Amino acid sequence: MAEHTLKVSGATCQGCARKITQALLAVPGVSDARVDLDQQTVTVTGSGELAHDQLEQAVAAAGYAPGREETEEPASCQQAGASVAPAEHAGITLNISGATCASCVRTIEQALRATPGVEQAEMNFADRTARVSGSAPADTLIRAVEAAGYGAAEVGDNDDDSEQASIELAHYRKLLRHTWLGLGLGVPLMAWGLLGGEMMVHQGTASQWAWLVVGLATLAVLATAGRHFFIGAWKAFRNHNANMDTLIALGTGAAWLYSMAVVLVPAVFPEAARHVYFEASAMIIGLINLGQALEVRARGKTSAAVRRLLDLGAKTARVVRESGEQDIPVEQVKTGDLLRVRPGEKIAVDGKVSEGESRIDESMLTGEPMPVEKRPGDTVSAGTINASGTLLYEATAVGKDTALAQIVALVKKAQGSKPPIGRLADQVSAVFVPTIMIIAILSALAWYNFGPDPRLTHMLISATTVLIIACPCALGLATPMSVMVGVGKAAEYGILIRQGEALQTSSKLDTVVLDKTGTITEGKPAVTGVLCVEGQQEEAVLQLAASLERSSEHPLALAVLREAESRDLALQESSRFEALNGKGVTAVIDGMRYRLGNRRWLEQEGIKVSLDSASLTKTGATPLFLADEKHLLGIVGVADRIKPDSRDAIARLREAGMTVVMITGDIQASANAIAAQVGVDQVIAEVLPEDKAEEVKALQGEGRIVAMVGDGINDAPALAQADVGFAIGTGTDVAIESAGITLMGGSLHGVADAMAISAATVRNIKQNLFGAFVYNSLGVPVAAGVLYPLTGALLSPVIAGAAMSLSSVTVVTNANRLRLFKPKRNAV
Amino acid sequence: MSLTINLIGGALIALIIWWFWLSRSGQQKAAAATEEATIVVDAGVYTPSVVHARAGKPLTLHFDRRDPSPCAEQVVFHGLEVSEFLETGKTTTVRLNDLPPGEYRFTCQMQMYQGRLLVD
Repeated sequence: MAEHTLKVSGATCQGCARKITQALLAVPGVSDARVDLDQQTVTVTGSGELAHDQLEQAVAAAGYAPGREETEEPASCQQAGASVAPAEHAGITLNISGATCASCVRTIEQALRATPGVEQAEMNFADRTARVSGSAPADTLIRAVEAAGYGAAEVGDNDDDSEQASIELAHYRKLLRHTWLGLGLGVPLMAWGLLGGEMMVHQGTASQWAWLVVGLATLAVLATAGRHFFIGAWKAFRNHNANMDTLIALGTGAAWLYSMAVVLVPAVFPEAARHVYFEASAMIIGLINLGQALEVRARGKTSAAVRRLLDLGAKTARVVRESGEQDIPVEQVKTGDLLRVRPGEKIAVDGKVSEGESRIDESMLTGEPMPVEKRPGDTVSAGTINASGTLLYEATAVGKDTALAQIVALVKKAQGSKPPIGRLADQVSAVFVPTIMIIAILSALAWYNFGPDPRLTHMLISATTVLIIACPCALGLATPMSVMVGVGKAAEYGILIRQGEALQTSSKLDTVVLDKTGTITEGKPAVTGVLCVEGQQEEAVLQLAASLERSSEHPLALAVLREAESRDLALQESSRFEALNGKGVTAVIDGMRYRLGNRRWLEQEGIKVSLDSASLTKTGATPLFLADEKHLLGIVGVADRIKPDSRDAIARLREAGMTVVMITGDIQASANAIAAQVGVDQVIAEVLPEDKAEEVKALQGEGRIVAMVGDGINDAPALAQADVGFAIGTGTDVAIESAGITLMGGSLHGVADAMAISAATVRNIKQNLFGAFVYNSLGVPVAAGVLYPLTGALLSPVIAGAAMSLSSVTVVTNANRLRLFKPKRNAV
Repeated sequence: MSLTINLIGGALIALIIWWFWLSRSGQQKAAAATEEATIVVDAGVYTPSVVHARAGKPLTLHFDRRDPSPCAEQVVFHGLEVSEFLETGKTTTVRLNDLPPGEYRFTCQMQMYQGRLLVD
């Protein structure tokens, strides 16, 4: 026996070690191979004539570099250009499975690069995808990855939707074929029975043989059109699960077995019980397939909203390079690329305008119909449409990072979340099928022990009908279908509902707290007036105020700075700047400490406020008081423009029964002025930012269900404290994180829209749940035969099949009604 | 005869209770802890239907949807606020990070497909 030690590089995990070992053990003569991950060596034991080259080849074939730190480009790569020429594709993306460590990435990349026709292959370990460019077809690439010991599947790009649609259509057609098969046999048989044909089996007659043929034909239907129910039922059974398939397989199977037994050995059964139920088996299979086909059709519409969002994305982008302009697939755009968009075209990725002016239609994201003016420095979002001029913009976010991609992700996630109202249905669903099976048995036993003759027939009919009529689907679908359509609908109006819980709570709100700045107002304040104490000049007051504010980021500070700039006032140097939240700012200029802030603070600091600010506050302006160490110098009035539709939206909220509260840090007088203009019910003024959450809590303490609407970081705690937080407009990420609902647009109408959509969705869920519960809790007892004493007959399993297949279609169709929802924006 | 039929009925009920509810817990312990798994979505069941993961570690699940029926369309992780749409004929990856210990059900929307995620 000989021992060889080879160096390997790139093996970092046990999976790599296993792969190398397996590769080496496959070499003839090798009896053992051990990988030392620390030393990056592999020790191979085997018969004496082991060729070192052969071992190295095996390691290389496993995707690791034997004895080298860096591998060279495989030879086949360079040959690729020489072979002619399947058309080059822009890129194929593969989903990779089985990759567990960074060196798997290397292995996969090497395997791909070694494939003829591949120009470049890069794998993203984070999302387990590999992007390959060149001319190699996808199936060759998949084989290469599989040969390296991993799994791969192509991620479709543009044709993805149509592919899904064609799969859906094929499935729909298959279900229809199955429907015809089932009904093709079931309908004539049932007609025979209804028209007085003999459905009983008499031993030794021709009818017995005829029924045998019918029985075998039914078996054929069960094995083809009903095959998926039986396979599903069996697989679920093995997993200790029971589902809808279980119920259908049991019901139709029991009817067939009973009938077949009657046909084969009629003598065993009492005379009155020699009835066959082949028509029930065939009809049920046909009807349930029909129900599923209708459901496929109806369901396609429920996810239309997300599909529409996905369709917003541009397929190509015009990138501007030194060599000229070029259209490239949008996936290839990198951040920092310069892109050109012409009138009528879509913005391909998120970016910042660097040249040109235009108006952009952002309605698909914000729900607001008016195009938005864009100039250099403004941001643009992927999926929006450039309406007028040509723009040059720099890509700032691509792929999954664009606002559009994040919206899609958010909506998809929210569509899967469940409001608490659906929990009961969930709990029932989880135990539903086994419970129904037990009820079916109990019902059969009850008929056997207490029922009239023919007892066997009654046992079979009641058990089969219970199994078939029970519809777990309607129950299970009631909530998610409505949520899916409702959340999708909301997204169309620029309303992103993050959790099902927010959806449900929004429908119960009675109080809306609106932050003033940025919510009711534009959030871009401007100086509206300056008052001075005697001996002071307006310009000097403004200059000092601006010099104090130069280091501040507060919107009010920016207003003062803009005003100083527009008046060409030179700012003075300041030192020891300090911003005191909710009070103001202070800094030292020319050795003197100055303060600019609210009245209360200055008074606390012992400064007498000798000037009346009423002329400023009665217009809604916020007065900023400027003082040196001892005296007041002047007042700068800063006001924020009210958004044009705030008044209408607030009226709409009040009409919907909400108490509308405005919350602001402004002094009472200016707050009242704004409040009077927009018509809120209540004003909470002079609130420090950190106390907003407390105010919300206080309102909740009064038993109110409170929504908080805000846009800033300051509002995050209040948004989180409220029963539902609404982050509005270009809200900060922190605000969006703390809010249950995000409004993409800046209009307060979004709040009213969101509440209306939520209420409509919750109403829809309730209808569905009510329908599903009532259906099951009435259907099952009726199927078991509680009405027998009144009607003298049991419910036919065929009718149960029809009812069952209609019940889930009804749920989906009812949910689809939500798609027609339109908020009444113009009603006020 | 009557006693036999009643006994058979009783035995069937006991079997249903045992198979679908009681014996499930035993089945769950069998799965070894993993950080990555591929789950086939077909014929009404997730295979495997039990995934065992370690708390605090990331878990990557690849859902390979083969069933075109709309039931299989979405996977919902109850208690984790995670859900994902699955495309037919494709593998969809779901990543779960920092899982708190516990047992979570993952199902289709109407809970016909049922799986369990055990985190310890």
